[in-house]
Order: sequence, then C-alpha cells, then structure tokens
Amino acid sequence: MSEVIVFAVAAAIVLSGAVGVVASRNPVHSALFLIQTLFGVAVLFVLQEAHFLAAVQIVVYAGAIVILFLFVIMLLGVDTADDWSVEPLAGQRPLTVIVGAALLGLGLALVVVATDTLTGAVQRGGERALDNGFTDIERIGRVLFTDYALSFEITAALLTVAVIGAVMLTRRLLRSEMLTDLETASMDLPPASPSAPDPDGSNAETLDSKQVPGR
Amino acid sequence: MTFAVDPLFVDSFGLSEVVVVLLKVVLVFVFLLVAVMLNIWFMRKVISDMQNRIGPNLAGPWGILVTLADGIKLFFKEDLIPEKSHRFVFKMAPYLSLIPAFLVFAIVPIGGDFNRADGSEGVVTILGHDTLLQVADPPVGILFFLAMSSLAIYGVMLAGWASGSKYPLLGSVRASAQMVSYEAALGLSIASVVLISGTLSMHEMVLAQTGAGFGGFIPSWNIILTGFIPFVVFLIAGTAELNHPPFDLVEAEQELVGGFHTEYSSIRFALFYLAEFMNQITMGAIIVTLFLGGPAGPALFVPQGWWIGVFWFFLKLMVFLFAFVWLRATLPRLRYDQLMDLGWKVLIPLSLAWFLVLAGIRTGRDRGWSSVEVGAFAVGFGVVCMLCAGLLMMALRSARIARLAELEEDRAGLHEPTEGGVPWPN
Repeated sequence: MSEVIVFAVAAAIVLSGAVGVVASRNPVHSALFLIQTLFGVAVLFVLQEAHFLAAVQIVVYAGAIVILFLFVIMLLGVDTADDWSVEPLAGQRPLTVIVGAALLGLGLALVVVATDTLTGAVQRGGERALDNGFTDIERIGRVLFTDYALSFEITAALLTVAVIGAVMLTRRLLRSEMLTDLETASMDLPPASPSAPDPDGSNAETLDSKQVPGR
Repeated sequence: MTFAVDPLFVDSFGLSEVVVVLLKVVLVFVFLLVAVMLNIWFMRKVISDMQNRIGPNLAGPWGILVTLADGIKLFFKEDLIPEKSHRFVFKMAPYLSLIPAFLVFAIVPIGGDFNRADGSEGVVTILGHDTLLQVADPPVGILFFLAMSSLAIYGVMLAGWASGSKYPLLGSVRASAQMVSYEAALGLSIASVVLISGTLSMHEMVLAQTGAGFGGFIPSWNIILTGFIPFVVFLIAGTAELNHPPFDLVEAEQELVGGFHTEYSSIRFALFYLAEFMNQITMGAIIVTLFLGGPAGPALFVPQGWWIGVFWFFLKLMVFLFAFVWLRATLPRLRYDQLMDLGWKVLIPLSLAWFLVLAGIRTGRDRGWSSVEVGAFAVGFGVVCMLCAGLLMMALRSARIARLAELEEDRAGLHEPTEGGVPWPN
C-alpha cells in the first residue's frame, strides 16, 4: 500500500516535471523542472531498492549535468523567453511529433511484451533471482568490473579523450600560435596601429586577443 | 521495502516506531538550530579573542544570545525583492540552500556505545525500542552526503542568477565552479575511505573503526588506516566546498560586494547565513564520522552507556569547529587561479594516486602477495607516479615559461599591454 502511494506521488512529480521542461518558455525554468524530474526518478529507484542508482542519479545528473546546463544558459545569456513564431528548421515540428509518437509506441510495446527480459528477471532462458543476498552496490560493482569491464574501460577512455579535446579547443592560444594560425588561414590582418613600434616587420602587436577569431 | 540495519525497523513498523522516528527528527532539527546559534557566537568570540578584543558581550551572559538578537533583528527588517529579479526563483533559492544543509545531518551517527562487542554497537533504547542514534542509515550513506552537497550548489547558483544583477551572478558562477571542482577531490578522498571500510553506510563505517587498533591503544580510525592523506585532502576540499575562508572567494567583499547574496536582505539573508554555518557543523560531523571514528572512542576509555558516544562525537566535532574558526581568523583569501590550481593540479592528482596505492595494498592483501611482489608493486607504482608527476610538472613549466615570455614582451613595450595583453597573474 505504502509502495503504491510513494509511486503515485513520485510519478506525479516526474510527469509534471517532464511537462514543465517542455512547456516552460524560460530555459532556466526548464532546467529546474528537469531537476524535479530527475529527483522523482531517484525516488522511484529507491522504491525499487536501487539505492545506489538513486544516489548516482542525483550526484551525476542533478549535481553535475544540469549544473553544466545552467552554466551554459547563464553564461551565454540565453535566459530569456524564446520566440516560437519562427521555425528554425523547416518541417522540424511535424517530424518531432512523428518521431516522438514512434518512440512512445516502441517504449510501450517493450513494456508490454518484454518486461521480464528488460528488467533482467529472465535471462538466457532461465529465471534468475535478482538478489543473491548481495546489495545492489555489490551487484553493480561485480557486473561492472567483470562482464562489462571492457566496455567500462572503453567508456572511460572515450570520456578522457573528450575532456582532452575540449581542453584543446578552449585553451588560450599563445601569441606565436595565433600568428601561425592566422598565417595559415591567410586572413587579412587589421592595420597596425601607427604608434606601436614594429621592429621585425610583423604585425604582432595588433594581435590582441579580441581581434583573433575563434577565441 | 527494506530500510537499513536500524533495529527499529526489523520487526514491525507501527505507530510507536513513527513516534520514535519523529522524536529523532525533531531532536536533530532543534539541535542544528541551537548549534548554529552557538557556532556563530563561538566563532565571533574566538576570533575576537585572537584579535585581542572583547567581541559580543551584551545579549545574555558572555554575549551568548548575540545570534538570537541578530536573528530577531533580521526577521523584522524589510524584505526587499529587487525589481529586476526573477521573483519565484529568487524566493526559492534560500530554501534550496537550507534544506540540503538540514538533510545531510540525518545520516550522521551522533551517539551510542560502540565499545561493547556483542553485535549491538551503537544501539540505544528510546521509548522501549532499540534504535540507532541517527535519523536514517541509508545503504548509500555517504553518497547521500555527496548528493545533498551537489544540490546545495543550486541554492547559490540560482540566488545569484535570480537577483538580476552583475555581482551576484559573478559570485554565483564563481561559487558553483569552485564547489563543482572541489567535489571531485572530495569524492576521491571519500572513495579511499569507502575502499578501506568496505561500506557506504555511515553506521557500518563507524563500526569498522571501533575496537583496539595497533598496539592495543592506537584507535583503528580511518585517518590512520587510509594513511592521513585522504584526511588532509578531505579537510581542504571540504573547507572549499563550504566556501569557508581561505576559500571564500564567493563573497570576496573587495571584488563582489557580497557575492551571490548581495541582493538578499532580511530573513532570506538569514536563511543563507543559517545554511552556511549549518554546513560547517555538518561538514565537521562528516569528517569526524569518516576519519575519526564518529561516536567510537578509543578502546582504552572504559565507561559504558549511550552518552559516551555522544561525548566523543561532540568532543571531536568541537575540534573541527574550532579549526574552522582558526582558519577564518588566520589565513588570507586565495586568489581565484590559486584556488583552481590547488583543486585541479594538486588535490585531485594526489587523492587519485593515493586511492590507487590503497587499492594496490588491498589487492595485495587479498591475494596474499609475497614481499617481493609487494616491493615490485611499490617500485612500479612509484615509477609511474614519478613519470606522471614529471610530465605534469613539465607541462605546467612550459606553459608558464611561454606565458612569462609574453609578459616580458609586453613589459618591453613590444606589445601594447592595454587591451588584450593584460598581464595575468602567475
């Protein structure tokens, strides 16, 4: 009984949050509704005794990813209501409806047809007890570092590469590197300011950071 | 649904159990409010002693009621909401700060006798029910702390954004960048503790730290078992996570007026203030539980009873509360680049490397390595660490040399240092 009540409340939180994400005009409000949804999902995880997933859900999604969303929204200054009268990509909206409906249908079909397989209650022909006397943390750790060790490591490597790539893209260029970049791109340099000395004939002194594209 | 190992929930769950839980919740709630009141007074008194002045001395004996007086004053002040603010978010932000601060303390074990070894360590009897002196003991324990401290970022972040003015926004961006950065170091040092004690639950962590340790008198606390370094990292990262001096760039007065709460006044400001000092108490309690055995005292200490755990817990907590005040009174504020350098280039690599050392030792112990294998592991790991550290140092050095060269060029007048060539600190 208590399980049903908790489920109903959490489901209401999740759904209202999801509607809020889509319906809000202000991106910051959307992000806040997203947190609400994530929180509700965490409650559902706890209800299924997946405590670890619930904690990770909050730490990773609410604590890191949505924070990054908010960073982008705040720093780019897009925290104003969008203009919905123009459609930036032609035909996007009808396509969205079709794809959304298809995904919803697929999800519902999976839930109806293959619940046991999805949840892992049935695997490789036989039924399997989900809980071999281990807590969910132990089971996740075991599976992650035995059956899925390779994919786990590959994911880690991928994320590291992504981080290094991001650092490379955003790092502050040295002045010498800016010059070579500009030279290879053979761009027109702004005229040298007359007051500055120009000892080696280069236009280096005009290259303050504001004039270099891509910064 | 199963709850944790709290014996209160083992058999049945009826009205009397609910009463016990409510009692514990109210107790912790009242304790936190009173403790914040005393903590602020304590901070002001200790700092004034360190600075050779009297400090608060009017309200109550030794000025002990000064926080209450301040609170009442703030409560009756006019509540200002800036015209350009985002009203709903502006009103919500203080609560987003305060609620996680309250919730974290729920997982802290604050008492009980951990010296008996009959399987009922830390169990007390309230209204005829056996229970733990801890509001809740979720199986994910310490992850709950991480989750709540990441939720607390929203309070700061949204407060700054919703104020609709520049300084709060800058302060909140600083604050959230700082808190997110230091959460990584915090998590890595927590990982070391979890590796050693083999559990995430706070109660079981305390259990793992009870009993006589080395030589029968050195307690087997995690601060010793994890080799001190995670403790130092956690203390520094925790101080930064609190935005406590010397890491209080969030509200650097000279640069940002008041930081994220510049536009807040009256009771809403009081809520932020409350959350800040409550977080100090909670962080101290978490450090005590993770590294110093929480309510478990040294085994030498003979007396028994639930109060002995409470005594040890508060004694240890007081040490950290004093240390926080000490830091505030002593250290000057870091510069922002120093703050980020310390977090990313020192604390995170250090705690990561230390975590790997502990994992190696643990593996060796589990597999029964011989001394030759242990030595080979130590040498190999040492070489790898030296290589990585050397590479990092070289990268930092070459970057610094390049920056300095540019700075020199600027100084020599080759480049106009006015517009883009602003010399940045090294």
